Amino acid sequence: MKKFLPVLLTGIVIGVCALALTAAGNPANMGFCIACFLRDIAGAIKLHSAAVVQYVRPEIIGIIVGAMAAALIKKEWKAVGGSSPVTRFLLAVVVMIGALVFLGCPLRMVIRIGGGDFNAIVGLLGFIAGIFVGTIALKNGFTLKRTYAQTCVEGSFMPIMFIVLMVLVALMPALFVFSTEGPGSMTAPVVLALAAGVLVGVLAQRSRFCMAGGIRDSIMFNQWNLTLGLVAVIVTVLVGNLILGKFKPGFADQAVAHSDGLMNFLGMGIVGWGSVLLGGCPLRQLILTGEGNSDSAITVTGFVVGAAIAHNFGTASSAAGAGANGPAAVVACYIVLLLVTIFNVKAAKNN
Amino acid sequence: MVDARGLACPIPVLMTQKELAKGADSVEVMVDNFAARENVTRLAESKGYTVAVKEENGEFTLTLTK
Repeated sequence: MKKFLPVLLTGIVIGVCALALTAAGNPANMGFCIACFLRDIAGAIKLHSAAVVQYVRPEIIGIIVGAMAAALIKKEWKAVGGSSPVTRFLLAVVVMIGALVFLGCPLRMVIRIGGGDFNAIVGLLGFIAGIFVGTIALKNGFTLKRTYAQTCVEGSFMPIMFIVLMVLVALMPALFVFSTEGPGSMTAPVVLALAAGVLVGVLAQRSRFCMAGGIRDSIMFNQWNLTLGLVAVIVTVLVGNLILGKFKPGFADQAVAHSDGLMNFLGMGIVGWGSVLLGGCPLRQLILTGEGNSDSAITVTGFVVGAAIAHNFGTASSAAGAGANGPAAVVACYIVLLLVTIFNVKAAKNN
Repeated sequence: MVDARGLACPIPVLMTQKELAKGADSVEVMVDNFAARENVTRLAESKGYTVAVKEENGEFTLTLTK
């Protein structure tokens, strides 16, 4: 039981925070979504101009700072990097495009399931299928190669940039764009959002919480430790929504979601496959960034750029359904994943 | 001897699993991050091995014995 406790606790706390943040102003079924929040940040710093999704989400900064603090206190903070950074950047762009076809990262997927959104169950099936393909790649020797020790400057650069961003928002908000309508305008109070982020950052760092890891390890090693975290989020959010009278089962008219089943399945399939190749889901990448991993910092940068691409080129979905270029982007993402997988496995076999 | 330094999970676990499958009673695994240390330990214990850890300069040598 002892070894399950950290993951279980993290899952429950994430669920409670998601419910609380939504009650305090965040969009429905979006108490915590790494993809959505990074997309909002991309909009706020004018990397895309989708007016409804622009806001600097304090949760993201909180998660990175929380993870950094926990890693420093536990003496686990370590500047490392150099494991195929450009490939990681590309994979991150692809993962974000996939997440915005579905409308959410794996974390929001389970939060949506807990809210009764059946479309997210279709997404989960796609996520599992994508992870399964990723595990085949790993079993065949897929690797992005080793990381190496880096300077403290390299390891702390990204966390500091996020802190500076938060300070700039507080001191010079006119530099940024903030949505006046749509999901980007629905926000929990800054202090609450920041505090929830820090709490989740600390717990996720300690427990190694990871959505992709949960399913990956159950498939590859029959290890169910991380899977428990995923289930804990669903159960917590489900129970909370039932108590609050917010549980709304069905496919139609779900909050910030669409019911194009094929796109939901394929979108999360991209996220699953890509996350396994990257070694962790978007939340885990934020945590590792806080721990001093500059490969994950590059990955987070890729997420932000991917979000900008998704909105600038019409590949992101909306409540109305897939974006005009969504289906084409999905095909392109699968081609990229296939090529990255094949060439890396080949390169590994030649060594 | 499995050298999984610099590699992120699940690859250290995968490498260890392959080595254990060869049937050795004692295997040494080198990793350099806490997550890998925990995950390799979890795998080894689930397969009935006991794990001794030696830490040096932020690197861990795990000795798995049956």
